[in-house]
Amino acid sequence: MKALMIAAMTAMLSMGSGSLIAASAGAELDHFDVDLHDQASLQRGAQIFTNYCLSCHSASLMRYNRMAKDLGMSDELVIENLMFTTDKIGETMQVAMRPEDAKKWFGVTPPDLSVIARARGTDWLYSYLRNFYLDETRSMGTNNPFLVNAGMPHILWEQQGFLKKDVDSGELSLAQEGELTPRQYDQYVGDLVNFLAYISEPSKLDRLALGKWVLLYLAFFFVIALALKKAYWKDIH
Amino acid sequence: MSKMMDWVDARFPATKMWKEHLSEYYAPKNFNFWYFFGSLALLILVMQIITGIFLTMNYKPDAELAFASVEYIMRDVEWGWLIRYLHSTGASAFFVVIYLHMFRGLMYGSYKQPRELIWIFGMLLYVVLMAEAFMGYLLPWGQMSYWGAQVIISLFGAIPVVGEQLALWIRGDFVVADATLNRFFAFHVIALPIVLLGLVVMHILALHEVGSNNPDGVEIKKTKDANGKPLDGIPFHPYYTVKDLVGVVGFLFIFALVLFYAPEGGGWFLEKDNFVPADPLKTPEHIVPLWYFTPFYAILRAVPDKLFGVIGMGMAIVVLFLLPWLDRSKVRSVRYRGPYFRIALTLFIISFVALGYLGTQPATDLYTLLARVFTILYFAFFILMPIYTKFDKDKVVPERVTDQ
Repeated sequence: MKALMIAAMTAMLSMGSGSLIAASAGAELDHFDVDLHDQASLQRGAQIFTNYCLSCHSASLMRYNRMAKDLGMSDELVIENLMFTTDKIGETMQVAMRPEDAKKWFGVTPPDLSVIARARGTDWLYSYLRNFYLDETRSMGTNNPFLVNAGMPHILWEQQGFLKKDVDSGELSLAQEGELTPRQYDQYVGDLVNFLAYISEPSKLDRLALGKWVLLYLAFFFVIALALKKAYWKDIH
Repeated sequence: MSKMMDWVDARFPATKMWKEHLSEYYAPKNFNFWYFFGSLALLILVMQIITGIFLTMNYKPDAELAFASVEYIMRDVEWGWLIRYLHSTGASAFFVVIYLHMFRGLMYGSYKQPRELIWIFGMLLYVVLMAEAFMGYLLPWGQMSYWGAQVIISLFGAIPVVGEQLALWIRGDFVVADATLNRFFAFHVIALPIVLLGLVVMHILALHEVGSNNPDGVEIKKTKDANGKPLDGIPFHPYYTVKDLVGVVGFLFIFALVLFYAPEGGGWFLEKDNFVPADPLKTPEHIVPLWYFTPFYAILRAVPDKLFGVIGMGMAIVVLFLLPWLDRSKVRSVRYRGPYFRIALTLFIISFVALGYLGTQPATDLYTLLARVFTILYFAFFILMPIYTKFDKDKVVPERVTDQ
C-alpha cells in the first residue's frame, strides 16, 4: 500500500507543470539546463543582467550584497562593476527609469524580473531571448515567436546580430551576424538565464544542501522508530 | 513527583484526562496503514499554526505590499524560505492526508452508527479547512491568488435576487481588492483556525466517547475481559503513540522530499502564475483552482447553467454529510460488504479522481462530456446508496477482529 502511495505521489508530481501555463503562441521551447553551482556562469550572467536588463527591468526583490555573497564576489567588486543606480550595497536592484516613461516608450511597463524564472520557466526565457527576428511592422523593429508583439526590443542585437523570418516556412535564420557565433550566443544567453534562475530563488542552494541531511536524519530516525514500535508490540497478537 | 501530581489532580483532572484519552483509551489492535492519517492531520494542523505564526510576523496584508512581503520572507528573513515552504507544502499535504483519512472512513464504514457525529464534525472540519485554504491562497497576492478568488466569489453572484449584493458584501469592494485581502487575512489567521481547533476537539471527544472503528468494522466493546477491558483493545499509549511515530517519520520523509526538492509540486502546490503579482486588469489565460478543489470545480463546470452548477457543487459536499443515513447496510467494513458496495465505492473513487483531473484542464467538448458522466457517477454513489446497500449480498462479520 505504501508503494502505491508513493507511486501516486510521484505520478501527481510528474503530471507536470507544462499543462498549467500555456506557452504563448505554439512555438516549441528549447530546453536549458540550469546549473546553480556554476559560479563563473552566474557571475557572467550577473554582468549581462546589470549591464543590459537592469536599464529597464528592475529586480526589486534582489539585494546586491546577497548576490555578492552567493556568487562569491566581494562587495567592492560589485560596487565598482555591477552597480549603476545606487551606491548602497544593501539596496535592491531598482531601475532608474520611471514607470510612466517606460509605459510611454514601450507600451508596457517592463516587468520586474525578480521571480520571472519561476513565473515563465527557464526554458521559455532561454527560447525567448534567442529568437527575436526582424519585423518592420513593429515599432521596435523586431518581434518574437514566444511573446508575439513583444514590447521589448532585441536588446542583445550586438551579440547575436539579427534573425529574419522566412515568409513561407516561418523559420528563423541569421540575417546579420553579431559579435558572437550562434554557439557562443547560446552560452551567453544561458549564463543570463542561469542568473535569472538564481535571483528567482536565492535560497535554493541552501534548500538543496539542507535537504539531504534532513532526509538522512529522517531515514535514520525511521529505523529507530520502527525498532521501538516492534519492541513495544512484540506481545500483541 | 506523585505528591505534586496529587496536588494538581485535586485541582485539575490531569491524570484522569491522561488515562481517558491515552493510557486507558482502548483502541482496536488491528489498525492498519489507513489509520495513520488522523494523527498525521493533527501533526500538520500544529505545523501550519506554528509556521503560520512566524509568517504573520513578516507578512503584510496590503495589496501594495503583500506580494513583495512573501518574497521578503523567502529571501531576507532568517529561515524564512523554510517556514514558507513548510506552510505552502503543508497546505497541500493537509488535503492529501484528509482525503486519505476520509477514504478510510468510507472503506471501513466509520461514519455508521454510533459514529455519525464523528463523521459530521469531520465533515465540518473539511468544509472549514477548504475555506481556510481558499482564503490563505489569496494572501500571496499573485495572479492565481487574485483571479481564483475573483472567480470563486463571483459564484455567489449566481444566487437569485441577493447574489450580487452578497458577492459585493464578501469582497468589500466591486472587485477583489485590498479590503478583500484584509478580511481574508483576518479569517485565515484568527477566525477559522479557532473554529478548526474547536472542531478538532469535538471530533476527538466524540471519537473517544464511542471508541474507534477498525478495518474489520467489529465493535470491540462487545467482548470484554473480567476487568471490563475490550479483549481486542490495547491502550492507545504506548502502543499507538509508538506506532504513529513510525507513521509520522515516514510521512515527514515524503514531505521533506517534496519540500526540499520540489516545493512547487510541479506547479500543483505553487502555481507558476502565482509568481506574477496580482493584476486586476490582466486575466490569466487559464484560471485553475488549487488541486484539492478541482473535483468540485469540475462539477460546477459540468452543469450547463451557472446557478445549477453552483447548487451542484454545493450538493456534492452536502451529500457527504448525509452518508450515515444513506447507508442501509448492517455491515461496516468493505471487507464484509457485498459486491454492489464494492463496485459503487470503486466507481466513486474513480469519479472523484477523474473530476479532480478534469477540473485542472480546459473545458473542451470531450472533457465536458466526461465531467458530466463522472458527475452523474459521483452523485449516483449517494443517491442510489439506500438501494444498493439494502439489497447487497454482505458477508458474515466475525465476532472478533482478525489479524491482518
